[in-house]
Amino acid sequence: MSLAGAAGWRFSKPSVVPGFGLTLGFSLAYLTLIILIPLAALLLRSASLGWPQFWAIATDARVLHALKLSFGASLLAALVNVVFGTVVAWVLVRYRFPGRRVIDAIVDLPFALPTAVAGIALTTLYAPRGWIGAIFAPLGVKIAYTPLGIVIALVFIGLPFVVRTVQPVMEEIDREVEEAAATLGAGRAQTLLRVLLPGLAPAITTGFALAFARAVGEYGSVIFIAGNLPLKTEIAPLLIVIKLEEYNYAGATAIAAIMLAISFAMLFVINLLQSWSRRRYG
Amino acid sequence: MDLSIRNLGKQFDGFPALDDVSLDIRSGELIALLGPSGSGKTTLLRVVAGLEQPTAGAVFFGGEDASHLTVQQRNVGFVFQHYALFRHMTVADNIGFGLRVRPQASRPPRAEIRRRAGELLDFVQLSGLEKRYPAQLSGGQRQRVALARALAIEPRLLLLDEPFGALDAQVRRELRRWLRDIHDATGHTTVFVTHDQEEALELADRVVVMNRGRIEQVGTADEVYDAPNSPFVYGFIGESSTLPVRIEDGQLWVQDRTIGLRAEGAPAGDGTLHFRPHDVELLDGCGGCIAGVVVASRRVAGSRRVELEIGSAGNRVEIELPADHRAAERSRIAFRPQRWKLFGDGGEPLPHAGHAAQPKAMAGAN
Repeated sequence: MSLAGAAGWRFSKPSVVPGFGLTLGFSLAYLTLIILIPLAALLLRSASLGWPQFWAIATDARVLHALKLSFGASLLAALVNVVFGTVVAWVLVRYRFPGRRVIDAIVDLPFALPTAVAGIALTTLYAPRGWIGAIFAPLGVKIAYTPLGIVIALVFIGLPFVVRTVQPVMEEIDREVEEAAATLGAGRAQTLLRVLLPGLAPAITTGFALAFARAVGEYGSVIFIAGNLPLKTEIAPLLIVIKLEEYNYAGATAIAAIMLAISFAMLFVINLLQSWSRRRYG
Repeated sequence: MDLSIRNLGKQFDGFPALDDVSLDIRSGELIALLGPSGSGKTTLLRVVAGLEQPTAGAVFFGGEDASHLTVQQRNVGFVFQHYALFRHMTVADNIGFGLRVRPQASRPPRAEIRRRAGELLDFVQLSGLEKRYPAQLSGGQRQRVALARALAIEPRLLLLDEPFGALDAQVRRELRRWLRDIHDATGHTTVFVTHDQEEALELADRVVVMNRGRIEQVGTADEVYDAPNSPFVYGFIGESSTLPVRIEDGQLWVQDRTIGLRAEGAPAGDGTLHFRPHDVELLDGCGGCIAGVVVASRRVAGSRRVELEIGSAGNRVEIELPADHRAAERSRIAFRPQRWKLFGDGGEPLPHAGHAAQPKAMAGAN
């Protein structure tokens, strides 16, 4: 440490495994090819619109509503997943019960299932005549073809992201830490709120960010259950597809660019939060 | 506070981790639970803390039966081998944790908690590290923080589970002395678990030697070292050599020779002779001695450790010789243990054992 300090900031630390230059070069080239070039093309394309036209699309009532719905429903779904995903992870990590492995495998299903299949299955269940929809219909609660249905679809596809990021960190928690809290007089709730959850916060934030990002981009499962009524249950990705089908490529990329900007800003903030907490807790 | 353990038993899936353990600890004593891994010493400590439920027996804090108190109600300070600090809290927050989680009525005000944490940090000689996180401390510093955290709740009892087990030798020795000072300064009744006999003998007022879920012997360092009451304690504390012997006519025999040790009152039959490798005297001629052929010899620090093969049965014992003794391979060495102890086949101590029982014989030998 003192050596590095004397030499000032260095590009890489000497290490046993060489190849920093090579791997950094490869990473940058790869990222550029796979992510940055397509995104740049997207921005270029929407830039061809010119500012007044871009602004007209961005402030169009239908677009605004779709964006609000997409981000709002995604946020809500990610929050629901944070709570229940953490509970599921806890049960899987802490308790040994018959069928635990099966449940562990089931958590991954939303990853593997084609989203359209999920969408159709959820719609069948939550439609007014479906198994679950039929229970709520007499109460005047409509699930499918409303924003509520969209949230449910997004919860479905986002769950594994939270469980799979929180689970390994939870497994690392030392039982002794809980026991230490107990010997110091902390009750169960205090141990959970003051000792366990703060330790899990970085992992939970990551899970939240992943579930949220996935939900914003989700298309397949939502369009079946949403009903897709403009100004009511139309999500932004669907609006993009509609514009594409109208051969309005510039319009589609404009909406895409707005989504990109918002998503990037949110993920950036989440990342900042995380690196801050990591610096603190080491 | 006095601590009294009565007939404790603890079964883990049918395996007895504790088997009818009883122990009385006086207020202010510093007690070491010493034993090999799996001897039940940590289980005993955890039962006292309330972290494990015993399957039999009771624990008394002073006169009060603590068996039905929860961990939280027992108010004991517990220090874990791997520190178990809260890594998302600063050092000061770690120490103040036990006070912050108290119910509102008995919770000191914030400023008071901060002041107490600062005081305890001074006490464990870590002043100025309040704002650090555990990840920024060395192992020895973390364990000091863990102890300060345990002391902050003004515990009725201080329990330490292998507190120095994860530290390197130098820091261990340093912390050992420091723990003794802390104990003397605070006067807490303290029980610590260790598998390191040096640590136990040096630090504790009394040592509790455990084996297979039972207490083998309780005593001061002198008592357990000089008067071990079982073959296990003899072998576990300090170095020891053993030799199967036969008792006949109040004499000890190895095969057809008497070895010059008298065991009057011991019942005739087979037994095992225990002695310390350094407690031997070398003899020139052999009229009543143990004689053997050198099969191996090693230099250990200031002395020479020699392995002898005794008789035709191939029994081997180790003795310690001065470093300048040549002890050539295959040469013959005769010796007689100066202090020794005799155990029967079942491990029961046999009478007339050791130097204390034979002052005259020893005087002659000296």
